[in-house]
Amino acid sequence: MNTTAAVDVRGLRKSYDGTTAVGGIDLEIAHGEVFALLGPNGAGKTTTVEILEGYRKRDSGEVHVLGIDPGDADLRWRARIGIVLQNTGGHDDLSVEEVIRHFALYYPDARDPDEVIAAVGLDGKRDTRVRQLSGGQRRRLDVALGILGRPELLFLDEPTTGFDPEARREFWTLISALSDGGTTILLTTHYLDEAERLADRVGVIAAGDIVALDSPARLGGRERDLATVRWLHDGNPQERTTAEPTRLVTELAAEFDGEIPGLAIDRPTLEDTYLRLIGENT
Amino acid sequence: MSVTTDHPHTDPHRTAPPSALRVGLARTVVELKLFFREKGAVVFSFLLPIALLGIFAMVFSNGELYEEAASVDFVQYITPGLLAGGIMLVSFQTLAIGIAMERDDGTLKRLRGTPMPPLAYFLGKIGMVLVAALAQAALLLAAAALFFGVDLPTGPERWLTFAWVFALGTTAGTTLGIGYSSVPKSAKSAEAMVVGPLLVLLFLSGVFLVFTELPEWVQTIASIFPVKWMAQGMRSAFLPDEFEPMEAAGSWQHGPIALILVAWIVAGLILAVQTFHWQRRDA
Repeated sequence: MNTTAAVDVRGLRKSYDGTTAVGGIDLEIAHGEVFALLGPNGAGKTTTVEILEGYRKRDSGEVHVLGIDPGDADLRWRARIGIVLQNTGGHDDLSVEEVIRHFALYYPDARDPDEVIAAVGLDGKRDTRVRQLSGGQRRRLDVALGILGRPELLFLDEPTTGFDPEARREFWTLISALSDGGTTILLTTHYLDEAERLADRVGVIAAGDIVALDSPARLGGRERDLATVRWLHDGNPQERTTAEPTRLVTELAAEFDGEIPGLAIDRPTLEDTYLRLIGENT
Repeated sequence: MSVTTDHPHTDPHRTAPPSALRVGLARTVVELKLFFREKGAVVFSFLLPIALLGIFAMVFSNGELYEEAASVDFVQYITPGLLAGGIMLVSFQTLAIGIAMERDDGTLKRLRGTPMPPLAYFLGKIGMVLVAALAQAALLLAAAALFFGVDLPTGPERWLTFAWVFALGTTAGTTLGIGYSSVPKSAKSAEAMVVGPLLVLLFLSGVFLVFTELPEWVQTIASIFPVKWMAQGMRSAFLPDEFEPMEAAGSWQHGPIALILVAWIVAGLILAVQTFHWQRRDA
């Protein structure tokens, strides 16, 4: 069954009133993979994801999501995917539990609502009306509704916006558990640490094109990037950028005969690499 | 946060999503909860006709309207009109505002992203309107009969008239409300763009006053729209036969009422099908 990719996109194009939003994207996401799509606002991220979700029509290109063209997908297909959108509201006067129990009825084989409520950390809020939830709690509810139908493929559009750091880490644990269970996940996010922590592969989209596509560790040739070595010499900060930090440290260790004062070695973070890629492509 | 590691389905022949009818029933329950938990909706669409009836009964004396139909006072005359107005508030106003807001806040988009059958959404709206409109009519009639001395229809024939006018009126208000929900461009403008025009229409249609006292040109304009015919149909169920000649046409006009309401239902249906969308246009 899992011979084809979960998401298979070839030459996807979409423009609005003559302005190109997506300019010919190729993308393949394997079953079970966690894929993060990064890019500045207006780069074509949302357009791409919404075409994959079946919300928008494309101008050209081939798109298969779970083997089916989302442009003419039916409800069975919708039962196999889960979507966490940005900015969705509604059902404000229902309680958390009422909303989740109701949405569970839509799916042929929904998860146990109680389990889902616990999984997203809303146990203490099950009787609270949706309108009384905080921004972060609403986002947890969105996530709960997204995973309720045991999706094979889960779309997460900036899922942790409004989360405090602790909630974000709890969310990462949840996503890892879903991934371990075999769920394919397509994530968009502005948090580079989130992408680095969760994603098997990262795609950077800028001006409607994918400009880099790799694992977080190798994105944009990160692993070959120069390292910056910092240390103190007579209390004065020293800094040298090198392709061979190990050799430099060995030399310094010999020079200092042991501990190198204030030693630090930095490589560009995923965020540095991302910003460089965006800068080069806009 | 944690979930038990249950494996997602990879079997393409897994069971189909639940039927539209079953989900539609569940949506009806949800829609009713949402409607009755929203205090504004309850006061300004559900209870408004009953409050107005009380005000009319207190303000206007119980004098006869016409010598020829001495048993009909203003409160007796206005009760069927308020029934028609109430139907429009619960169906047209609730749906036009509610759906416009659900489109604006992303509720519709979210629903579209689930395997909920689209038909179930509309069944839920229809079910909600039906239950709320019936409950409202029952309350209004109970209040009218118990507190304000209004005579309720006698005999199955008149109740049958009430039934078909109620059914056609509710259906017209429902399809037109769904269609009109695409007119306001945002949730902010929805209330003003729905309540204002509807209120004017209710006035022109003789829901709050005696229709034949309106200037003739106003009567002509009102005759284009469904509310005038709904009110007239309700009067034919509630007022005695000696009142029939007092109507604008000198007759209850059951044939034209049915025809015009059906025409509006069809128009509303076409409008709804043509304009309904699950996402904001600008999104």
